[in-house]
Amino acid sequence: MAEFKGVMVCGETVEGKLSSITTELLGCGRRLADELKEGLLCILIGNQLGEIPQKAIASGADKVYTADDPLLKEYQTDSYIAVMEKVIKDVSPQILLLGQTAIGRDLAPRLAFRLGVSLSMDCLELNIDPDTKLLQQTRPVYGGNARAIFTAESFPQMITVRQKAMSPLEPDESRKGEIVPIKVDLDPAKIRTKVIETVKEEIAGIKLEDAEVIVTGGRGIGSAEGFKQLEELAKILKGAVGASRPPCDNGWVPDTIQVGLTGKIVTPELYIAVAISGASQHLAGCSSSKNIIAINRDAEANIFKEARFGVVGDWKQVLPAFTEEVKKLLAG
Amino acid sequence: MNMIVCCKQVLDPEAPPASFKIDPANNKVVPPPGVPPVISPFDEQAVEAALRIKDNQGGKITVLSLGNNLLRDVVKKPLSMGADELILLEDEAFEGGDSWSTAYALATAIKKIGEFDLIFCGRQAADWDAGQVGSGIAELLGIPSVTVAKKVEAVDGKARVERVIADGYQVIEVTLPALITVSNELGEARYATLKGIMAAAKKQPIIWKPSDIGVDPSQIGAPGRRSKLFKLFQPVREGKCEIIEAETPAEAGTNLATKLREAKII
Repeated sequence: MAEFKGVMVCGETVEGKLSSITTELLGCGRRLADELKEGLLCILIGNQLGEIPQKAIASGADKVYTADDPLLKEYQTDSYIAVMEKVIKDVSPQILLLGQTAIGRDLAPRLAFRLGVSLSMDCLELNIDPDTKLLQQTRPVYGGNARAIFTAESFPQMITVRQKAMSPLEPDESRKGEIVPIKVDLDPAKIRTKVIETVKEEIAGIKLEDAEVIVTGGRGIGSAEGFKQLEELAKILKGAVGASRPPCDNGWVPDTIQVGLTGKIVTPELYIAVAISGASQHLAGCSSSKNIIAINRDAEANIFKEARFGVVGDWKQVLPAFTEEVKKLLAG
Repeated sequence: MNMIVCCKQVLDPEAPPASFKIDPANNKVVPPPGVPPVISPFDEQAVEAALRIKDNQGGKITVLSLGNNLLRDVVKKPLSMGADELILLEDEAFEGGDSWSTAYALATAIKKIGEFDLIFCGRQAADWDAGQVGSGIAELLGIPSVTVAKKVEAVDGKARVERVIADGYQVIEVTLPALITVSNELGEARYATLKGIMAAAKKQPIIWKPSDIGVDPSQIGAPGRRSKLFKLFQPVREGKCEIIEAETPAEAGTNLATKLREAKII
């Protein structure tokens, strides 16, 4: 194991900036690296990275490897994996952290199989075992009903980390670090996919991931019309509207507002769950919210186990009165 | 168009959360009594993705399931939906695996099947939620993969895939043969028709043992694992919900707002 050293973060950029998951990974990576008394490394892949590597140093990295090439402008499995394979073989980190994002969940498993190592995806907690110095990898399983702690004795120990599960460091622009450009020979003929088009389905108003207040509806809302009432409440609270899976599957609301294990992971101050039963796979996306409020007809609904305050009753009667009173309180 | 779909039999994820129990001594989930297992929902949608291509341009769909003591009524469901053939990798040697040993066995079986243009998997299985087997099979076979698809079409020797990303989707073209993992955004899988169920009842699955696909026993099931399960547990829920009582639901709504103000939440 002596030859595997350092904790490496595979960073992501978004609109010319370090993405928030990357700063979270660097925050977590810094802690692990310090515990192991090793360095924190970061790899950034893209085109025209500019000042981004410096930002990674400010967020905790000791050394940033950059792969900057027009062929890497957009994520493609084959090109990014070629870069990662080379970097991992050259640098031999003992831990590799990626984000549980559209890129991470595509790149990580293929890379793990290429390298012949184990991988734990969507981790919520990472700790170094004091005896073995191996990484204990905690992740949700069974749709969030249970958690499992895994370990692996193949290196690097590969992990993807759930968004917002870790805290970033306060950026320190005076931190010093090294930036190492790496050269990768990419053969365009070996890239077997082509991005034809990227379609953004942005929802008007506040983004779900950034909202301090989220009003979410479930199957019991019954229709697209019903969601209008949730929108009204969300607007008054300056929040966003979310949904569990059934309203998305039924086409009442766009897929992009799904909260849950396979949708968005959100951590607002206030999460108002309306007509949501509280299936584990939904709770996996919202259970870290500061205050969960539940309105549901069924007193036995699972959501009440997560909620701080609840009303047992038909949302159609509860919500208008609640919305009216909230409006009054906020106006007063 | 030759298509292969990998389907996993899992404990029903829709079983009531209260029925979910763990046997901590063995780090195993205790199957809830009276709730039969199902095909993992994302895998059913993978079958649906293949069927939509078959509806449009014809083709053959072979379903591959791995496990031991698989329930015929469960694993035959893709046949009753319209798939053509079912191959079971069924042996106790396949038990206790992780993403590595499972992908290895499936990839080896797919090599034996030989001819394929598209392989479909669910994005993750409803039990371990690992999300690796699809990509792993593609890597082991050396073919391209597109993950988390919501729409798949086959045109001119290529597949055109809508891949879900955080704020929308990307349209990706990939050369064939390729592996696609399917997400719930694809839409609900079709129901089995009565005709389909009757046809499926007559079909016998093909059973392959480890020796039939020539796998090294040390690479499959529990011995083939590359991850170690250290502990399986249920997160503790605090369960201290204050229920707002009132004469009418509307009054409860009003009181809830007042309560949130008192607690300085709004």
